[in-house]
Amino acid sequence: MTARLRRRARLLPVVPAVLLLLVFLAGPVLWAFQASFTNAALTGRTARSPGWVGLENYQRLFTDPLLPLSLGLTVLFVGGSAILGQNLLGLTIALLMRQARRPVAAVVGTAVVAAWVLPEIVAAFAAYAYFSRDGTLNQLLGGMGLGQPDWLYSFPMVAIMLANVWRGTAFSMLVYRAALNDVPSDVTEAALMDGASGWRRLAFITLPMIRGSIATNLMLITLQTLAVFTLVWVMTAGGPSNASTTLPVLAYVEAFKFGDIGYGTAVASVLILIGAVFGAAYIRLLREGKP
Amino acid sequence: MTTAAQASRRTRRVRPVRAGARARLPADAALLVIGACFVLPLLWLVFASFDAGAGHQTRVPGDVSLDNFAAVMTPGLLFQPLWNSMVLSAGTAAVNLVAAVLAAYPLSRFRSRFNRPFLYGVLFGTCLPITAIMVPVYGLFVQLELLDSMPATIFFMATTTLPMAIWMTKNFMDAVPVSLEEAAWVDGASGMAALRTIVLPLMRQGLGVVFIFVFIQAWGNFFVPFVLLLSEAQQPAAVSIFSFFGQHGAVAYGQLAAFSILYSVPVLALYVVVARGAGSSFALSGAMKG
Repeated sequence: MTARLRRRARLLPVVPAVLLLLVFLAGPVLWAFQASFTNAALTGRTARSPGWVGLENYQRLFTDPLLPLSLGLTVLFVGGSAILGQNLLGLTIALLMRQARRPVAAVVGTAVVAAWVLPEIVAAFAAYAYFSRDGTLNQLLGGMGLGQPDWLYSFPMVAIMLANVWRGTAFSMLVYRAALNDVPSDVTEAALMDGASGWRRLAFITLPMIRGSIATNLMLITLQTLAVFTLVWVMTAGGPSNASTTLPVLAYVEAFKFGDIGYGTAVASVLILIGAVFGAAYIRLLREGKP
Repeated sequence: MTTAAQASRRTRRVRPVRAGARARLPADAALLVIGACFVLPLLWLVFASFDAGAGHQTRVPGDVSLDNFAAVMTPGLLFQPLWNSMVLSAGTAAVNLVAAVLAAYPLSRFRSRFNRPFLYGVLFGTCLPITAIMVPVYGLFVQLELLDSMPATIFFMATTTLPMAIWMTKNFMDAVPVSLEEAAWVDGASGMAALRTIVLPLMRQGLGVVFIFVFIQAWGNFFVPFVLLLSEAQQPAAVSIFSFFGQHGAVAYGQLAAFSILYSVPVLALYVVVARGAGSSFALSGAMKG
């Protein structure tokens, strides 16, 4: 009995961390599901003592034409800028770095990482200026004699997706650089001896060998991109007329601009659920990879 | 993933199969083009900060002036928000470090049925989109009357990075051989005494990495203080820069750029410190597998 107690006592130091996680992470998530059934408001009487409204918020949510639009934009944003953009560009850069001269690889690596290390608000300002009507991108296009659209107004999704690729590719690049470094060189050498071409070596040897990293990377950048708020908020604030309202922006706008915390938490709950599904898939992936 | 970091360190000496010099030129050229695309948006930031009449356009300033920097370097505009950022980030990192070290110790040293579910549960916590949690957190803070409270914000921010910090700390702790502590235990030292006198000094560098990693994240965080800290006197630079942009946005692009640079320099410097010390993949240590 005492031995058992002592074994329990060893776990005591975990308590502060568990308390923090319960109060500030599990608490809000549970609170969200509960609050999404109320008419909690930002200010006024219902802010302090919200009333129970049952499924009303969800009924409103699932009949709101904004939800399918916002869901679609979120899928487009995640698929286009993370799964395609960051992932493929990151892999390309990592592969090119193995062939390029070392100083070139170092300089370009620094440039890519710089966009990632900057505080997000600064990166968002830089992206805003870059895509604005008389910004750098249009200066370049003008210099080449091409049209100069108002990116943030006419193609807001294109602008924020490109901005997110710029901001986040460094993560994929670092993951793939580490993964490629772990591919034993004798394997690729053997393939080289057998006369496999560059593309075949990549498709049949290198990529299968780093498939664990690819899966992990895809999961993590999906989760990161799902939560992107600042970039969108600074560049377009979800506009024009909701043309770039991804789910985090929608939740924020409903809760804080229209003051409807109950409805905002209903949107947030949907986003939390999506995140939880991907999170669970990610954990599964890890457990399978490491029995 | 310290394993992967170690592996990459090990294989760095082994040169990967290199295509001949013929193949290098196109790779160099392609990389440089990509690199230029990444630098371009930052160029505006640098040029505009030295250009008293800056707009959205990227242009080399006609005459380089420090007017923008002089204009923003006032106590109210720059120093108070930077100090707030400092308090917020250092507080967050300190809370993280204490909680993560305490939690990592039993997880790293004692086998228990509790370990794996706990670690995966914690990892699952990192997966939840924090931006989605902000609306309920705001609601929670309203009901607990914690809104606009710096300590409460610090504890919340610490919790959002805590899962990552626990994983990183545990990985660094796993690398400290257990045999040294066993000697101490035999001599009658308690677990906590062994932790303090033997383990922590040996993982100094790892603790530094965790601290800086959390600090960088907190310093750059915009959304959390934007929602939770309302009074101007408490707001960190990330938020005050946003209101600055909103109020003077149309006229003061140069000042915005100057402010952005002054606010970014500390984290860039910290990143360089860590990247030098621990390899550029340091930031992934907790993100990738255990």
